[in-house]
Amino acid sequence: MVALIEYGAGNIFSVKNALDYLGIENKLTADADEIRNADAIILPGVGAFGAAMNMLEKSGLIPVIKEQAKIKPFLGICLGMQVLFERGYEFGEFEGLGLIPGKVDLITDPGLIVPHMGWNKLEIEQESPILDGVTDSDYVYFVHSYKAFCDKKNLIAYSEYGSVVPAMVTDGKYVFGAQFHPEKSGETGLKILSNFTKLIKEA
Amino acid sequence: MLAKRIIPCLDVRDGKVVKGVNFEGIKEVGDPVACAEEYNKQGADEIVFYDITASYEGRGVFLDVVRETAKKVFVPLTVGGGIKTVDDIRETLRAGADKVSVNSQAVKNPQLIKDGADIFGSQCICVGIDAKKIGDGKWTVYINGGRVDMKLDLIEWVKKVQELGAGEICLNSIDADGTKEGFDIEMLKAVCDACTIPVIASGGAGKINDFYEVFEKTNATAALAASLFHFKELTVGEVKEYCKGKNVLVR
Repeated sequence: MVALIEYGAGNIFSVKNALDYLGIENKLTADADEIRNADAIILPGVGAFGAAMNMLEKSGLIPVIKEQAKIKPFLGICLGMQVLFERGYEFGEFEGLGLIPGKVDLITDPGLIVPHMGWNKLEIEQESPILDGVTDSDYVYFVHSYKAFCDKKNLIAYSEYGSVVPAMVTDGKYVFGAQFHPEKSGETGLKILSNFTKLIKEA
Repeated sequence: MLAKRIIPCLDVRDGKVVKGVNFEGIKEVGDPVACAEEYNKQGADEIVFYDITASYEGRGVFLDVVRETAKKVFVPLTVGGGIKTVDDIRETLRAGADKVSVNSQAVKNPQLIKDGADIFGSQCICVGIDAKKIGDGKWTVYINGGRVDMKLDLIEWVKKVQELGAGEICLNSIDADGTKEGFDIEMLKAVCDACTIPVIASGGAGKINDFYEVFEKTNATAALAASLFHFKELTVGEVKEYCKGKNVLVR
């Protein structure tokens, strides 16, 4: 069972719809025990970094997230990916979950339309089972105004928008993050979600 | 780089697509869920549902359509029509929409844009604008489906909308709409120059080259059409192939 963490931030239903469509057992939950008993965890989220961290704080789930992300497949989507980093600079400076080294800051390349909204190509930086069957230059759907700044070793795939936009990141173990929305990225996105849940068996 | 988006729009009344579509293989004529699936297959980058239902019951049926579509189609869904309050936005997003499009109500109550963006994020607030030319480089904003002139300067409104936190603008030209003579290039250029958020071109598409022209001559990031796709004059796939052939980046 995949636990979809429900903490009040964003469109959790589209992630659920995609998992249902793929026939993957899943549950929306804010319960620490259910999260501990799950085989894998997805952290969705749209909105602002600070607001999301506040909601996570209020939910009391931060300790369980940090503990479980070390022992089972964990995927952060969009803002749920951004909060995996140590720090975010959206409307102030906020501490993130610190599961992957790096920070999140505004896209500031001159002359760019922001938000970065639409379909962009995935450029694969390193091989990863989460991208099984996904080829260089497959398109995925992005909507965001802030992006991650992290080490190459944490980067699985990126897109070009003015400069490099980290698209998929990892801690090298169980934690993955997608800046784009796999649940809204057609066949490619569904493949990535399906690959993620296949990691369960190997875990 | 970011691909230009081709967006088909479906007008829905009482749970049925208004214009008489009849895609091959679809049994029930005008079933919006089946139409959305067909557009998805054709390669639509997003799908827009526009509710033109007047009644409360119709609204429920409409949200069921959104709910059903969101279970089957995994590209972004934008939903417009009849959204007046923050609660309407919440209800629409909960039904499975990724973005809401607000138009008349945003003009009447601009705070709706700010409240929506603050609570749900700018990325899901698209502001629809209907505008008409009144003079050289001058346009005014209309509401209620292009029936009421608000005497509001288009460029001023565009700047205000961005400042309030809109994530995107869908710009419909009343002059071009229905003419099939191409998008309103002059107005789109003026609006793209006045803001830094994405602008969707709407109104006037009649031939395949109109899509190339709008991307070639303006900074619009997407182009929307309804009847052209409804009546199968063109498919989304044909438009994208054509643009690709002319070196416009599409998915």
